[in-house]
Amino acid sequence: MLEARSVHTGRSAYNHLLALARTHGIPRARVEELIDLVGLREVAKKRAGKFSLGMGQRLGIAAALLGDPSTVMLDEPVNGLDPEGIHWMRSLLKGLAAEGRTVFVSSHLMSEMSLTADHLIVIGRGKKIADTSTSEFLSAASGNVVRVRSPQAAELQRLLVAPGVDVEALEPGYVEVRGLTAVQIGDVAAANGFALHELTPQQASLEEAFMDLTREDIEFRAAELEPEEAMA
Amino acid sequence: MSTLASIQRLPRAAHTGRVTQWRVVRSEWTKLHSLRSTRWSLLAGVLLTIAFPVLFSHWGSMSAHERADRHPLDIALAGVNVSQLAIAVLGVLVITGEYSTGMIRASFTAVPKRLPVLWAKTAVFGVVSLLLMLPPVLIAFFASQAILSRHHLLQISFSHPGVARSVIGGAIYLLLVGVFALGIGAIVRNTAGGIATFAAIFFVIPPLLNILPTSWNDAISRYLPSEAGRQIFSLTHGAHSLAPLPGGLLFLGYCALTLAIAAVSLTRRDT
Repeated sequence: MLEARSVHTGRSAYNHLLALARTHGIPRARVEELIDLVGLREVAKKRAGKFSLGMGQRLGIAAALLGDPSTVMLDEPVNGLDPEGIHWMRSLLKGLAAEGRTVFVSSHLMSEMSLTADHLIVIGRGKKIADTSTSEFLSAASGNVVRVRSPQAAELQRLLVAPGVDVEALEPGYVEVRGLTAVQIGDVAAANGFALHELTPQQASLEEAFMDLTREDIEFRAAELEPEEAMA
Repeated sequence: MSTLASIQRLPRAAHTGRVTQWRVVRSEWTKLHSLRSTRWSLLAGVLLTIAFPVLFSHWGSMSAHERADRHPLDIALAGVNVSQLAIAVLGVLVITGEYSTGMIRASFTAVPKRLPVLWAKTAVFGVVSLLLMLPPVLIAFFASQAILSRHHLLQISFSHPGVARSVIGGAIYLLLVGVFALGIGAIVRNTAGGIATFAAIFFVIPPLLNILPTSWNDAISRYLPSEAGRQIFSLTHGAHSLAPLPGGLLFLGYCALTLAIAAVSLTRRDT
């Protein structure tokens, strides 16, 4: 499904799917199955032109799944969906993948992708920037940042600072350490009898990781965007 | 993962198949009858074909001189001249409706070769308009002749030479008008543009030729799609018109030409 709005506005959802199914000799029963799967049963006989964005997305998904495909490609599938719809879409996509299908999703919604995608391909200006698993992508970008909360944060900071280690005080009793693991910091604190109230390795969000990765790439610098790209 | 517990499974399809021309024809039939615009246009075509002859044949108060000018068959088939507009608009809409709504992308995704869609649309729409318009022209003929006979006006019998051909020709003419309009719609890909182009070819260019020198007009006019096509359902033919068969074949040729141009542009252009 490349575009959800590829539906004749005067035709019902059911007849739209039936017309597409007929080109491949797919029986009516399959159309019925998919209408139930995407939750359009109550509006199946209504004109598709009256559908909300989310209902249109569901109809597009149903059309894409008619032929029981082993590879599904979806462009921005959660666009226009309500929270319940987004949750439904997420579980549907994971379900399709769990059944052994390949599910390609293109999206600009980083938080959504970090919840659904197993593997990421990042493309900027027509070139492949990254092609890696989501967890690797995130850990590569996080760069060992650990947040530490301790009543003795100032003393701890003095002990930790070394070449390659950077400690920044965020607020009194709360520091951010770069270049050491949580284990190393915890050991230092224990050896000196410091109380630790928090010791949290920070994982960059997919969005931060994405911004880090593409910072070099001129297209993504807002200041240099062409007006039309800024609109999109 | 616990979230997977709530996942809906996609049922496996019992049956998947290849695209065939016949399957695309069935798909186009589903598309045609599932739209309100189709039903309204065809109903309008049917009603107009019957209503005008019935209405006209009631004018019994004409003088003998006036009666002599009006051929009963022209009255019987007057509706064809009106309903051709409804059929042509529907012919354009059959294809441009898909472009204006974006449906065409779904159609061509399902049938990537594209041309089977054009052939199927032409076949389905052609057969439907012929089957649907044949009864109205017959009803229009017999109803108008029955009314004319009540007024003791000139009538004509169905067995009179050329009458059966003209009456059935009325339905065939409507079929070809629809196919011609569908071809134009596929070339122009825009509803307003398609209807305007059809109207220009059928209703604007013919009177414009009247300002040409008479000899030129006589030489050119008979080859226009509208003039050539009209011969299929005309009983009498002027000195400068084609006979029914050559006229009909020429109009069929125009239909084939528009469809051929449509086919070429369909495969070359992006949707």
